[in-house]
Amino acid sequence: MFNKKECVAMLLAGGQGSRLYALTKTVAKPAVPYGGKYRIIDFPLSNCVNSGIDTVGVLTQYQPLVLNEYVGNGQAWNLDRIHGGVHILPPYQTASGAQWYEGTANAIYQNLSFIDRYDPEYVVILSGDHIYKMDYSKMLRFHKEKGAECTIAVIDVPIHEASRFGIMFAHDDGSVYDFVEKPKEPKSTLASMGIYIFSYKTLKKYLIENENDKEATKDFGKNIIPALLQNGEKVYAYRFDGYWKDVGTIDSLWDANMELLAVDVDLDLYDPSWRIYSNNDSAAPHIIGKNAKIQSSMVTNGCNIDGTVDFSVISGGVTVEEGALVQYSVLFPGAVVKKGAVVEYAIVGEDSVIGEGAHVGAAPETIENKDEWGVAVVGHYLNVSDGAKVAPKQIISESI
Amino acid sequence: MSYNMTNVLGLLFANTHEGSVPELAAKRTTASIPFGGRFRMVDFLLSGMSNSGMSKVGIITRSNYQSLLDHIGSARPWDLARTDGGLTLLAPFGRNNDNGLFKGKLDALSSCLSYIRHTGCEYVVLSDCDLVINPDFTHLLDVHIESGADITAVCHTDSYTEEETKDSACFKVGSSGRVEAVSINRALAGKRTMDLNIYVMKTSLLLSLVEDLVSLGKFSFSVDVIQGKCAELNIHAYEFSGFYRRICDLESYYHANMALLDYKNLSQLNLRERPIYTKDRADAPAKYGYDSKVNNSLVANGCVIEGVVENSILFRGVKVAKGAVVRNSILMQDCSVGENATVENIITDKNVTVGDGVSVTSAESCPLFIAKGRTVK
Repeated sequence: MFNKKECVAMLLAGGQGSRLYALTKTVAKPAVPYGGKYRIIDFPLSNCVNSGIDTVGVLTQYQPLVLNEYVGNGQAWNLDRIHGGVHILPPYQTASGAQWYEGTANAIYQNLSFIDRYDPEYVVILSGDHIYKMDYSKMLRFHKEKGAECTIAVIDVPIHEASRFGIMFAHDDGSVYDFVEKPKEPKSTLASMGIYIFSYKTLKKYLIENENDKEATKDFGKNIIPALLQNGEKVYAYRFDGYWKDVGTIDSLWDANMELLAVDVDLDLYDPSWRIYSNNDSAAPHIIGKNAKIQSSMVTNGCNIDGTVDFSVISGGVTVEEGALVQYSVLFPGAVVKKGAVVEYAIVGEDSVIGEGAHVGAAPETIENKDEWGVAVVGHYLNVSDGAKVAPKQIISESI
Repeated sequence: MSYNMTNVLGLLFANTHEGSVPELAAKRTTASIPFGGRFRMVDFLLSGMSNSGMSKVGIITRSNYQSLLDHIGSARPWDLARTDGGLTLLAPFGRNNDNGLFKGKLDALSSCLSYIRHTGCEYVVLSDCDLVINPDFTHLLDVHIESGADITAVCHTDSYTEEETKDSACFKVGSSGRVEAVSINRALAGKRTMDLNIYVMKTSLLLSLVEDLVSLGKFSFSVDVIQGKCAELNIHAYEFSGFYRRICDLESYYHANMALLDYKNLSQLNLRERPIYTKDRADAPAKYGYDSKVNNSLVANGCVIEGVVENSILFRGVKVAKGAVVRNSILMQDCSVGENATVENIITDKNVTVGDGVSVTSAESCPLFIAKGRTVK
């Protein structure tokens, strides 16, 4: 069967996302809901299909069940193709034994035979951790024009945040001469977005060498990129200046949702020329009831809102009963806020129920010691009983 | 049980009753009339059939079916993109002596006989697309088979107005549940048992009825079969008791939409275990602005609301600008209401634009219709 693809994408979706605590206890980070009707993985998958990349391997390992079901056959993203399409790639047993994915590079290494099936010239490595809209085909064109072996997407970050990222040092023409993973004292503000395009032959060679090096960790940032630079391979930085958000922490996930409610949104989800697809269940439009008050919010199909909602992102199938107040919060699919309950500055997990008169979170201005303030989190499938309190910054992963 | 639901063929008539809502059906079939914020009429029966495990459904169309073709696509949203069977659109089938445009259900069926035979299904369910309903066809089949009836007709007993009965059939039902007499298009107000035009029978019976009656020049299913054969055949009345609405004119269309503002009705229609499916457009969630005030409304994804919306149905992608007021109205897909405009008691078809500061209102008892794509300045 003729199956050659110019470019194949490999999406690293196996990470635990441990800094999201209760929200990733039962689901992998890429399956965490965002923006009312999306899950994080919708962004790289939609970017792929909008960029003309129709073959995507999704590497899963940690809590894959929700993610597997969500991705399904890829139809929601138009990735159910006769050749290519989306493939879930869990670790598997071979004649020489079985091994979990041990690092990003090892995960790709273990699936070289998947990539080989498509005999591609280029491979895009993506992660399921970021919210952004990006045309990978432009980056690929840049990669080809530069004759690069590896192109790394970079974004300018504020200098005080630079120590959280892998920082690149590049000449004016984009060629990279140094790379430091999470520097204590950053001297550049070009942060790696964790998006790489490799010429496949080079990638394969370096992955095999890395795998044979028993001492090395098996990681792109720590091993593969430094090795390429050390050997003088052509590595280029591709500048991206759109909206890009790492949603790896509770605060950043909450922030990224709140940013959608701004008057001038940096991330336009309503742009028909670059749709973000998602795998939605069938639901009727949402009902805004007779007692509802709703402002500055996003609400998804299937909701029944009869309380007050202000500055919040409400996912599908959520119920907010009469007299309940939800503000500056993110409610995940199926959450229920009962009569008289207050949810503020909080994230409420999927299908969790906030009982009558319960109080989750608090406004920062009501807290004297600002160190005690933070976004409150109720994990998935939990009950907060009537009248119970969840303090700001508290994260609950069991019913109270 | 000797049958399973994959052995039941569904046949939907896309065009029947299009004359009763000429405004909405001017350029589309009854089946493709938008309803309830994101659905089209065909979604209700199609989802019901799919959720009941039926895997072969034919939609019989007569004319104006472009919007229907567009909506149905591969039929994947209803889970009816199948290797074997699935959804089949049965467009008019021309013969030498005519253009294939049928007059009634019987001659429509007679041009689909080879399709019906080819499916090999033992039973067949017929339905129109003028109902907002979520029937459990599995139960209907069980009742049909248990009763030993030749035909089972779905009906509902209620107090009806003349308007509602003027173009429908009503049954006189005996104590055993058998239909004893049928009156058609009589415009009789009062408590009646109204035929909802959903029938189940053996495929072999349908085939012989169609062949016999068409050869006699007869074409009406309700007159020539349900009424004409009600003494000869055992027609069993199946009382449907869930939420449903029938669209028989623009006003009933309006009120049927508004009925969904009651969450009880909506949740009876769009059941968790048997949801209504439709074609999705990948819209973002609806967005409410800083000054929005919204009450008692049904709002679909993709809407952007910055004004006031009350007692209204907003389909996907509707924009309501700052200072605008929308009351008691139905705004279909991608309509936009400009700044400080007022829209009251109005039904707008798709892509209608109401300019800044413009006021379009109608009397409360008589919703006004604005045709597709119009700009009101």
